[in-house]
Amino acid sequence: MNDRLRRLLGMIRKESLQILRDPSSISIAFVMPVVLLLLFGYGVSLDAKRIPLGIVIEQPDTASQSLAGAFDRSEFFHPQRFDAIQGAQQALAERRIDGILWLRNDFSSRLFSGNEAPIGVFVNGVDSNQANITKGYIQGTWLAWLQHFAAAQGRDLDLPVDMLQRVWFNPALNSRLFLVPGLIAIIMTMIGSLLTAMVVAREWERGTMEALMVTPLYMGEMLAGKLIPYFALGMGGMLVSVAMALFLFDVPLLSPFWLLMACSALFMLVSLAIGLLISIVTRNQFLAGQVALVVSFLPSFLLSGFLFDIHSMPEWVQTITYLVPARYFVAILQTLFLAGPVWPVVLPNAGAMLLMLVILTLLVAKKSYKRLD
Amino acid sequence: MSLLHILSLARKEFLALMRDKRSRIIIIVPPIVQLFIFGFAATYDLDDVPVAVYNADSGGASRELLARIEGSPHFSILHRIDSDAGVAPLIDDRQVLLVIRFDPRFSADLQRGDPAPLQVIIDGRNSNTAMTALNYLREVVLDFNRQWQREHGLTGPPVKLEMRAWYNENLQSRWFIVPGIIGSLILVVTLLVTALSVAREREQGTFDQLLVTPLRPTELLVGKAIPGIVIGLLEASLIIVLMVWFFEVPLRGSIPALYLGILLFLVSTVGVGLMISSIAVTQQQAILGAFLFIVPAVILSGFTTPIANMPEVVQWLTYLNPLRYFLVIVRGVTLEGDGFALLLPQFWPMVLIGAVTLAMAGWLFRHRMY
Repeated sequence: MNDRLRRLLGMIRKESLQILRDPSSISIAFVMPVVLLLLFGYGVSLDAKRIPLGIVIEQPDTASQSLAGAFDRSEFFHPQRFDAIQGAQQALAERRIDGILWLRNDFSSRLFSGNEAPIGVFVNGVDSNQANITKGYIQGTWLAWLQHFAAAQGRDLDLPVDMLQRVWFNPALNSRLFLVPGLIAIIMTMIGSLLTAMVVAREWERGTMEALMVTPLYMGEMLAGKLIPYFALGMGGMLVSVAMALFLFDVPLLSPFWLLMACSALFMLVSLAIGLLISIVTRNQFLAGQVALVVSFLPSFLLSGFLFDIHSMPEWVQTITYLVPARYFVAILQTLFLAGPVWPVVLPNAGAMLLMLVILTLLVAKKSYKRLD
Repeated sequence: MSLLHILSLARKEFLALMRDKRSRIIIIVPPIVQLFIFGFAATYDLDDVPVAVYNADSGGASRELLARIEGSPHFSILHRIDSDAGVAPLIDDRQVLLVIRFDPRFSADLQRGDPAPLQVIIDGRNSNTAMTALNYLREVVLDFNRQWQREHGLTGPPVKLEMRAWYNENLQSRWFIVPGIIGSLILVVTLLVTALSVAREREQGTFDQLLVTPLRPTELLVGKAIPGIVIGLLEASLIIVLMVWFFEVPLRGSIPALYLGILLFLVSTVGVGLMISSIAVTQQQAILGAFLFIVPAVILSGFTTPIANMPEVVQWLTYLNPLRYFLVIVRGVTLEGDGFALLLPQFWPMVLIGAVTLAMAGWLFRHRMY
């Protein structure tokens, strides 16, 4: 037992020295999360503000000016005036504006004669999500103006059904609050698998694996000795990311800190194990790096439910998302940060990660043996 | 410059890449598989949003509105609850995204002509999903209101909006995302091919041998760049064919303009890859460099979230990102029907990026030796 511990400690010491002497591992673990989280935390946002909107007023008068004024005052729009629809359509085609509000010359006369006055709205639909958001904001501004207009005429604007919405967990619908926890999951997936993807392949490639084989070290000890320093490194990066989320991006943490760290540790182990498995199977840094890149970044970005709702994907794609560890971690993080320790969400997701870890460990054990091929 | 030199180096590079079966697979299979999976997965559109209903109203109006909600492809009513206490567990546990609550007086208010409140409680953990679902629901309610006003002889609001979307008439997310996936996949493949090409030779010591051959640095550069560009062009063509035939994304603009865009995009990404590769001393550093470029390049390109929403400083950074320009070109040609003239502002920045990075790489070949 004592021997075993001594061998393990020796391996840990060797691996730690290697980490300390090659700055690239430390920069993966600490510099990468800081830089990426800074860039993405500020850069990735779904909150449209100051949407460039063309307002065409064919005949300026009080009614059309008051409607245009409502758009001028809204923080969501950055309006530009046009006299004729052709100019505005040209600007839309050249991507200078994202939408057009078209008040025709009979707007006021129809408005005051009790005929329904139509407003033409065109949006650039290429980015359908932004187009939907823009449509929603235009509708909201229009409804608010209608109410104002009716009140000025001494009437009530009667809507048969009045929809009152209450948004839980994120009342201001601020996209940063869910994107930052999701980004942590993605960044940690990459860091975890990158850290270990190269470490065993490197030993094979440099021929030092043979040197390790003739030591009394068991395979399990060697793998544990490699994992433990990288785990410490990865958790350090995780702590930095969580601190940035809390203090820089003001994401509230409504759960106990230990629970967050426990789930993070589990996730980090899964990511490291994936990297280790890649490393053992490929035995080649070139290939290991490529595989790590292909299996970690885009899948965790697009299939984790971080941006795109998993529930709306086709069944067979939903089945594939069960293989993406970030899926479970994103669900846990968004809940732990914004909603609190909701056990029916945390437990099944943590259980799934644990299961993945067990399977990965078995695979690693099966694939690693002290033998030269 | 000798064509023979370049071609024989390019041939050797192709052999190095393609000789190993596993590395052949990693270059060819993942982009195709990923296109299919991501093409189906990446959509902001919501289907069958799980909904719970708390209906305290016994009148017919609430049932009529519910039938409309249930009839929409966007919603499916999974739970019916009969107390306020039932709301929190369903939302907390993510069993439903939203709860619709009808007041006991809902139908009576409506009949009397008073505004009838419809309460909606929604899970905001993913604010974009929440906003999209609320927009769908608002459309249903607006439709219901219009019909109710018509049937009961009420006047509607004095102004109505006639909304129309250009280029992507039905506002399908897929038309926006799938062209973006092309850019991201090509970027990943070309960087994988080029970023390790010099670093691997450096680590194995064969780069020194290359330097003492009669190959000039320019020839070395072109020979190293060719495999990435050729592989990128082939994969891009394959992916575009799949996009049009399989995902039914239209191709409305000029195909030569699209190909010029692809070529310039490949030159600029190959330049970045070779530059990373010649800065790196080990393969690990090269892979790290490729990662550090690919990840921000994809996320800050306008692929999934608009550049216009980013803070000014981050927007400036995106001008260094070739993917940013390429995405405008792919979407411009596929959806907006653009030709050369409208895309000119996207072409020249990629030429610039390619020229600078390739020149840097060529210089580093000789000036960074260990």
